[in-house]
Amino acid sequence: MTDSLRRDPRSEWIARNRLHPLHASMQPLEASWVGLSGLIRKNPHALGFAGPNGLKRIDRSGAQQGGSRQRARVDAAVQLPLHIIEQPAFHIVVVPDMIGGRLSSHDKDLFGLANTLAGSEGAVVAVVFGEHKESAFDTAGIDRLLHISSEAVAGYSPEQRVMMLRAVDAQLAPRHWLIPDSRTGGGELGRRLAAKLGERPATRVWQMADGQCVGRAGGGQQDLVRRAPRLILAAAECADPVGDTRHEVRAIELEDVLVHGAARLDNRGAVAVDPALTPMAEAEFILSGGNGVRDWDLFHQAARELGATEGASRVAVDDGFMPRDRQVGATGTWVTARVYLAVGISGAVQHLQGIATCDKVVAINQDAGCDMVKRADLAVIGDSTAILQALIDRVDALRQGGIRDAA
Amino acid sequence: MPHNLLNVITLVSVGAHPVTGRARRAEQDARAVELGLRLAGKELQLLHAGDPQVEALRAYLGMGLAEMTVLQQPPRADVVPALGDYLRDAGAQLVLTGSQAEVGEGSGMLPYLLAEQLDWPLVVGLVEVESVTEGVAQVLQALPRGQRRRLQVRLPFVASVDNAAPEARQSAFGPARRGQLRPQDVAVVEDMLLEEARLQPARPRPKRLKVIKAKTGAERMKAATAKASAGGQVLTDMTPEQGAEAIVTLLRDEKVLR
Ligand SMILES: Cc1cc2nc3c(=O)[nH]c(=O)nc-3n(C[C@H](O)[C@H](O)[C@H](O)COP(=O)(O)OP(=O)(O)OC[C@H]3O[C@@H](n4cnc5c(N)ncnc54)[C@H](O)[C@@H]3O)c2cc1C
Ligand SMILES: Nc1ncnc2c1ncn2[C@@H]1O[C@H](COP(=O)(O)O)[C@@H](O)[C@H]1O
Repeated sequence: MTDSLRRDPRSEWIARNRLHPLHASMQPLEASWVGLSGLIRKNPHALGFAGPNGLKRIDRSGAQQGGSRQRARVDAAVQLPLHIIEQPAFHIVVVPDMIGGRLSSHDKDLFGLANTLAGSEGAVVAVVFGEHKESAFDTAGIDRLLHISSEAVAGYSPEQRVMMLRAVDAQLAPRHWLIPDSRTGGGELGRRLAAKLGERPATRVWQMADGQCVGRAGGGQQDLVRRAPRLILAAAECADPVGDTRHEVRAIELEDVLVHGAARLDNRGAVAVDPALTPMAEAEFILSGGNGVRDWDLFHQAARELGATEGASRVAVDDGFMPRDRQVGATGTWVTARVYLAVGISGAVQHLQGIATCDKVVAINQDAGCDMVKRADLAVIGDSTAILQALIDRVDALRQGGIRDAA
Repeated sequence: MPHNLLNVITLVSVGAHPVTGRARRAEQDARAVELGLRLAGKELQLLHAGDPQVEALRAYLGMGLAEMTVLQQPPRADVVPALGDYLRDAGAQLVLTGSQAEVGEGSGMLPYLLAEQLDWPLVVGLVEVESVTEGVAQVLQALPRGQRRRLQVRLPFVASVDNAAPEARQSAFGPARRGQLRPQDVAVVEDMLLEEARLQPARPRPKRLKVIKAKTGAERMKAATAKASAGGQVLTDMTPEQGAEAIVTLLRDEKVLR
């Protein structure tokens, strides 16, 4: 069926002719509309259609609309209005953490705050270091993107990054710097920048309004209320993220970059830590087993092979396959893993509660209809034993290949 | 292995009990002292800028040290210049601090400002000094989620420790009594912050409400149940190998497979 509207002169004529017997059925019957007081009003008579036995039927699935002659319109994806700042009066610069190459929710909160600070005059600038995987910069509220992907700032390089940020400071003279006060980089980078610029930052800021900011002080028993300084290290949920505008994400460049002075911190890379010893609440990658795991030796082997911390559902713990301190869920540990791989876990609410903050959930399950599969970002349907075995083989092959590549 | 030749100074501040608010040794600073004791043994020097009359400071001496230097400063002073000058003259090679004070502003800026003033490198989140050879230290840094990173840094440097560092030993009462607090007179720089800022009891943070910007009931329903039915990719009817491949791809994308 085509989308173009076709005129039907006969029905138009009937609709105009109030004396025509079919006139009433040609009127577009509004099933609901916004009344004068702003409430939604409904006309139950306009709904439904006559069923086969003459009784009125209402199909609540929304598939059928008797009486209404309106063509079903195909909604295009909602386009949020584009917010354009051509000549910014000032800049608000945000340096997001970009954990795993994407904007974290903490980052998005900061962009929300930046947008309230920028109003309709200023531009929100994001400074992003290194490679990233983010595709939604526009809806996060970024007017300008300064992407610095030079070799010098790859990996852990706080001193070089501070040099770059100092150049940004000289070039844009931002009205405010906003940096997440997080342990994943922002807290350190922000303080280094503050020391370098000689700015006294407001730290652990959780509220900002009317030029005043409130941040936690000391051990958390007190708040420090002060006039908002230029450099602000803000806590998570300091503001609501941008929700209903799109922004340009216009790329800008750093004019002259002078990274001089050798790095004084020499990064020797990550140290292998035993994932079995990482506390579950902190673990980054959890392999969790439930009632659907048939071969527990294989499960432990898979955890070792993948370098994952082990978790379990309550049933697996109750049945004695896993120690009590490994239980994930409402009555166990609330985990914060970035990747949660659930093997043979049905996804009871008590369990799903415990993984509510996990980023990516992968399910291995036999039952494609279970709640864990609905929650999962990736679900593989099949027998746990076979898939775990295949997973081990695959990772093994990869490791072998990796060794060959390195040699 | 204590490096007895290493000149280590730990900066300590007065902490506050999280519930009662009573003055005590600060948790992170005590960990910094512990790390210092492991590195320099009895040779470790303690340094505080503030009031030498504060009894809580003795808790650090109770960890097995005979004395502590106290640079006399009034309550509202900027202690960074005094500490910086002292450290430079004392020939310190490694300066350990906590990462956040438990009373006052607690911005955690002190180690950064000291490093900037002395122009020394700064290691954040130190958990272990693995070795020191020819003036270069190899250290482990704590990352979130129990991860560790190895860094090499030239002496002298400043390092802050956080809660990932080894737990502090108990403080013994006798040594704490017997230890000496040695006051020193130094110049005072006024801290202007509290002119314009004020401290108040912490207000509980408002809980974020889940804002649903849906226009119709169906959309609201969807938003309310979105977590449960957001629906990712579901792979049915494939061999275990294909499934494993898909999982491995995701794990590598997320960089959790090392
Ligand atoms: C007060 C209370 C608190 C609770 N707290 C918690 C809690 O904190 N944590 C918690 O986990 N539970 C908790 N529970 C229990 C929870 O309700 C569930 O009973 C439990 O989570 C189910 O565990 P499961 O998914 O491992 O088992 P099941 O529900 O039996 O699910 C097994 C899954 O494995 C799949 N499967 C079976 N065989 C295979 C195979 N060969 N290959 C692949 N998949 C297979 C099945 O399709 C099924 O989806 C609590 C319950 C109560 C009443
Ligand atoms: N008055 C002080 N004397 C010595 N060390 C201090 C003093 N104040 C803070 N420190 C150190 O600096 C760290 C961070 O403090 P702050 O920047 O105030 O949060 C603390 O954990 C202490 O190790």
